[in-house]
Amino acid sequence: MGVGLKLGKGGGDVGGEKAKMGFEETELRLGLPGNIRAGEGEVARKRGFSETVDLKLNLSSKESSGVDPNEKEKNLLPCATDPAKPPAKAQVVGWPPVRSFRKNMFATQKSSSEESEKGGAGNAAFVKVSMDGAPYLRKVDLRMYKTYLELSDALAKMFSSFTIGNCGSQGVKDFMNESKLMDLLNGSDYVPTYEDKDGDWMLVGDVPWDMFVESCKRLRIMKGTEAIGLAPRAMEKCKNRS
Amino acid sequence: MNYFPDEVLEHVFDFISSHKDRNSVSLVCKSWYKIERFSRQRVFIGNCYSISPDRLIARFPGLKSLTLKGKPHFADFNLVPHDWGGFLDPWIRALAKSRIGLEELRLKRMVVSDESLELLSKSFLNFKSLVLVSCEGFTTDGIAAIAANCRFLRELDLQENEVDDHRGHWLSCFPESCTSLVSLNFACLKGEINLGALERLVVRSPNLKSLRLNRAVPLDTLQKILMRAPQVVDLGTGSYVHDPSSEVYNKLKSAFQRCKSIRSLSGFLEVAPRCMSAIYPICTNLTFLNLSYAPGLHGNELTKLIQHCRKLQRLWILDCIGDKGLGVVASTCKELQELRVFPSDPYGAGNAAVTEEGLVLISAGCTKLNSLLYFCQQMTNAALITVAKNCPNFIRFRLCILDPIKPDAVTNQPLDEGFGAIVQSCKGLKRLSLSGLLTDQVFLYIGMYAEQLEMLSIAFAGDSDKGMLYVLNGCKKLRKLEIRDCPFGNAALLEDVGKYETMRSLWMSSCEVTLGGCKTLAEKMPSLSVEIINDTDQMEFSLDDRQKVEKMYLYRTLVGHREDAPEFVWIL
Repeated sequence: MGVGLKLGKGGGDVGGEKAKMGFEETELRLGLPGNIRAGEGEVARKRGFSETVDLKLNLSSKESSGVDPNEKEKNLLPCATDPAKPPAKAQVVGWPPVRSFRKNMFATQKSSSEESEKGGAGNAAFVKVSMDGAPYLRKVDLRMYKTYLELSDALAKMFSSFTIGNCGSQGVKDFMNESKLMDLLNGSDYVPTYEDKDGDWMLVGDVPWDMFVESCKRLRIMKGTEAIGLAPRAMEKCKNRS
Repeated sequence: MNYFPDEVLEHVFDFISSHKDRNSVSLVCKSWYKIERFSRQRVFIGNCYSISPDRLIARFPGLKSLTLKGKPHFADFNLVPHDWGGFLDPWIRALAKSRIGLEELRLKRMVVSDESLELLSKSFLNFKSLVLVSCEGFTTDGIAAIAANCRFLRELDLQENEVDDHRGHWLSCFPESCTSLVSLNFACLKGEINLGALERLVVRSPNLKSLRLNRAVPLDTLQKILMRAPQVVDLGTGSYVHDPSSEVYNKLKSAFQRCKSIRSLSGFLEVAPRCMSAIYPICTNLTFLNLSYAPGLHGNELTKLIQHCRKLQRLWILDCIGDKGLGVVASTCKELQELRVFPSDPYGAGNAAVTEEGLVLISAGCTKLNSLLYFCQQMTNAALITVAKNCPNFIRFRLCILDPIKPDAVTNQPLDEGFGAIVQSCKGLKRLSLSGLLTDQVFLYIGMYAEQLEMLSIAFAGDSDKGMLYVLNGCKKLRKLEIRDCPFGNAALLEDVGKYETMRSLWMSSCEVTLGGCKTLAEKMPSLSVEIINDTDQMEFSLDDRQKVEKMYLYRTLVGHREDAPEFVWIL
């Protein structure tokens, strides 16, 4: 199909001769830009224009053919990695032809998702933590921790003063003894629970950590006796203790 | 002609609905002209400056539905300064003063003010339908006026408008008595929404068939809405993010199962890929799927979704689907007629993930394809020739290679032969957009073969005036021609000045046309308006005729030069 199309096929207004002319001139022009054609005023003018276009698109003559496309894209638009910033000067106005509405949508979408990707979800996830019997609540940023164990340690440290107080006699010695603290929190009357996005109270530890962080709205360290009806595991814990 | 009483002719004309046919009918004779103009209810004005509101009202006293388009197409790509024109206000004021019972208004690329919207809402008792596409200049206060005052409102459709969002109370402005809504689309609004008001509105709108939400509507509200409106046919989700193991998500799944009528789906402005399985039940009947604003959906989740959509006729997608993903589309969507692949990085910095391979796969699998918009990394002549062979039914073919002068990726030749094959094979082609390295040759082909072509968009192409001349001489049905950064000059512009009277408009920017050439054209053709648009930061406009014109926009008009042109527009 290719070659047959070019010469003298149909085309009323165009006319055979004109078509031929067009083809010849096209043939000439298939050379790489930068080649000088002496004595062809028209061609020389065309060069001038294409040089302007090349400048506009920030291409050097070397790059306009046969180069790895990835490479070329990078050279073409060096600074456009962050669409939230105004486009770099190297970009051509109005190209690619995408509606401004769409461009703006993507600028906001990208910057908000970039925010949440920074440092393991840059948005902090502060939740209130209450402990039954404690006179006041605390707040923790769940995104500071990577596992339930880490969270548990942190909570233990936070509420150590209250547990010591409740347990009574041992005082400062127990406070210094971390493992005893853990026992207090894990083994004794206390059951860690949380309120999720649906408003239900759940037992901490059932779902994968990431899912927990996404859905946890607040934490409550319940006294075992209060945890009746919460979850079978919690119930069992209470039974085992008593 | 006059053998029938007028009433009979009127009745016959009732069956003629296409604008083109109606226009033809009115040209037959005076009597037909008269009968036609009194019975015409729907008028389409493709360029708001081609006619004046007064003449419209005088000719069509029975006008009920008006479509108006303002700025030229290249305004979409920031090539037209903001205050260029396209104001709705004079139209609304004139219509409001008249006895026209306007019921429907459809606008594209117009500047719409809150005052206009308020006047509109108060002037036409039976106003039913407002559709705004790519408009600007208004806020949610204007929308609130429409909601509050249009008692029989059926349709409020806002598509991709730049709206200043004053946050949320506009929804509450729909009175309790408003129960007539059929279509509500506010996806382009950026602000918060009164969710309770939205739910109550849906509950009292039993005829609601089309609902497109914005980002501020969360998934649990969507679930509640769907429970109350299972009859919906066209749905645009808002934020589609939730924990797939939650109760809300389960309820959403059952809600979708009850929605047996959904044929069109869009939105997913924020999306949690793991929540897509709720949608599978409605995928089987979908005919239109728009995921072009959902960059969060790609890879396996995306292809899994597509594989459920066997009846799809129109698909709008992002290029992160990749060539392989397009292969899945090709093997699944055998009914596909329209495909749009948008760049996931619209600033063109990154690499588009689709190439000529994806397009070839689509053409092989989806032989009913007739409309294409394809942003891609690269293209080859061989691929285009194959596509032309596989899909001879293209009506719209728009190809955008991200690097605008990229040659054939394999042979390094210009893409003339490929596009030539497209125009030769697709005899019904009406709209064409070119890109890639192109010489005058491609225009020779277009002039020779594109007999039905009505709109042509050219950028960074051609070698000389011959290119433009081939098109102007060959394409008899050409209506809109838009050219940027091409070496076409005065010789091409002035060879056949009468041609422009047969077209709606011509746009040329960053070409070789000079001020002198434009002046000559304006002198010869008083029925044209020749506008020179100077970007504001250009130095004072020198009167040297040899100076090249940065932006020229000309259009035919029955009412002479417009009077609302800003300072930077010079009408010759």
